[in-house]
Amino acid sequence: MIDLSSLTIKKAHDHLMKGDFTAVDLAKTYLAQIEKKNKDINAYLEVFADVLEQAAVADKRIAEGKSTLLTGIPLAIKDNILIEGRHAGSASKILEGYIATYDATAIKKLKAAGAVFLGRTNMDEFAMGGSNENSAYGPVHNPHDEARVSGGSSGGSAASVAMNGALAALGSDTGGSVRQPASFCGVVGLKPSYGRISRNGLMAMGSSLDQIGPITKNVEDSEILYSFLKGNDPMDSTTLPDKINSTATDEKMKSGKKLTIGVPMHLMKEGVDADVLKNYNEAIERYKSLGYEIKEVTLPNSGYALAVYYVLMPAEASSNLARFDGIKYGMHVDGENLIDDYVQTRTAGFGKEVRRRIILGNYILSAGYYDAYYNKANLVSELIRSDYEKAFEEVDLILTPTSPLPAFKIGEKLADPLQMYLADIFTVTANLTSMPAISLPSGVVMKEGKSLPLGVQLTAPLYREDLLFTVGKDFLNEKV
Amino acid sequence: MIEIKDIEKLAELSRIKLSDEEKGQMRKEIVSILSYIDQIKQVSGDTVTHRKKNVVRNVLREDKDPHEGGIHTEAILHNAPKRQGNYLKVKKIL
Repeated sequence: MIDLSSLTIKKAHDHLMKGDFTAVDLAKTYLAQIEKKNKDINAYLEVFADVLEQAAVADKRIAEGKSTLLTGIPLAIKDNILIEGRHAGSASKILEGYIATYDATAIKKLKAAGAVFLGRTNMDEFAMGGSNENSAYGPVHNPHDEARVSGGSSGGSAASVAMNGALAALGSDTGGSVRQPASFCGVVGLKPSYGRISRNGLMAMGSSLDQIGPITKNVEDSEILYSFLKGNDPMDSTTLPDKINSTATDEKMKSGKKLTIGVPMHLMKEGVDADVLKNYNEAIERYKSLGYEIKEVTLPNSGYALAVYYVLMPAEASSNLARFDGIKYGMHVDGENLIDDYVQTRTAGFGKEVRRRIILGNYILSAGYYDAYYNKANLVSELIRSDYEKAFEEVDLILTPTSPLPAFKIGEKLADPLQMYLADIFTVTANLTSMPAISLPSGVVMKEGKSLPLGVQLTAPLYREDLLFTVGKDFLNEKV
Repeated sequence: MIEIKDIEKLAELSRIKLSDEEKGQMRKEIVSILSYIDQIKQVSGDTVTHRKKNVVRNVLREDKDPHEGGIHTEAILHNAPKRQGNYLKVKKIL
């Protein structure tokens, strides 16, 4: 029997190489675990019928000596990332019956490496939400306490890894949708620099903010997946080419000096749960004990981040979701005429939160408000970015909690969308600044007899995922 | 202040139909979200000069070397709710 709880990508790869088990054995073990857990957790919307065939292909490749680190590694994929010939639906009714006509670039790269796709994971409809309660197929339950949310929008991806129903998963992160569920489920979630992983084949929500990111059990696995996924892509004009600038940080690292971590204590004054704050202070102490220098930083405009996000994201989302009309693909509800076809289809196909953001986005973009909201938000976003750039002249990374509160109860925040949005307060900044950020498990808090995971978030300057990996491994005591 | 008739107009532009109850609820929620968002109006500054620095940029490629015609037609049209031959079928417009 394979012990899934202690397995990592590297360990699984070593076992596959040594012949301790085959990719088919590994896939079977995961399928059995999904069978056991998924009915209670609801992490998977579909488990693919051909998993064992995919694994057999991987075994053949291993036997031929042509394997990569990812050959035979079972992964879960968020339902908004296209895999050719398979259903993809963004957990929305409006895409019922839709079959992807091409592979997302990220999927193409994973296929080339020989990874095995277990299935597609549940999510908030069109990635709109922070609790996974906005799925058309029911919420994802947190594997640590099934009465609580998994976080979102990549809730199914985070829960699949946390319940040992996948070795790792892909999610997407527009305002924290990889990092926040990772922190609620006690796993590692990475939002890379904007443009480092191609968005080709990822269903668009906020195009200037969206990034695909890996959800994994440790930092090493995150680094491995990132190394396969990153890179310039002619199919996504916003991707960034490889570029490494040597900076003061590199000089410090070369000379063996520990890095400096910035802590914006002024953001902790209100709205942060007492247990989260205590855990954050413990994380700071841990870094101190590891030899890092801790320095307080001020990010004067950071308090506006959430407000800015809730202008830009709905504006972009309302435009992106205009394509769902019942004519080209997915659901079609017949109306009296062509326009009525659109109206009937969109009314039946979109859930509550999606409608809310489309209407809010169209308000923001309408004549008379465009300047006051959309242009102003872009300006403030830029000010936030320059705050971070200034801070990075003095510190190498910035540490915050990932979420201001641990996983909340299913249904608790549904009545008030603004309360739900406030859960994104620490994560949206990295999307606005384009900078990379990672959520690391930082311990647990006991609530009603259940231990709930907490997470802390490291942010690094653009392109510096390498710093997140190095300093993240230190925190989790992973061998570098 | 947003009124019900504004919500009705926005819903119409969004091609979404709302029931009377939903209109009231939506108005309440949008008002609450906008009152939170309104804090950005406190910030002063010149929008144009600040936007130039953003790394979010667009890159255009030459429009050439298309793939062979028709190779994706079947896969794409297979997803269409209604088709006629190699066309998407829609209701009469005129």
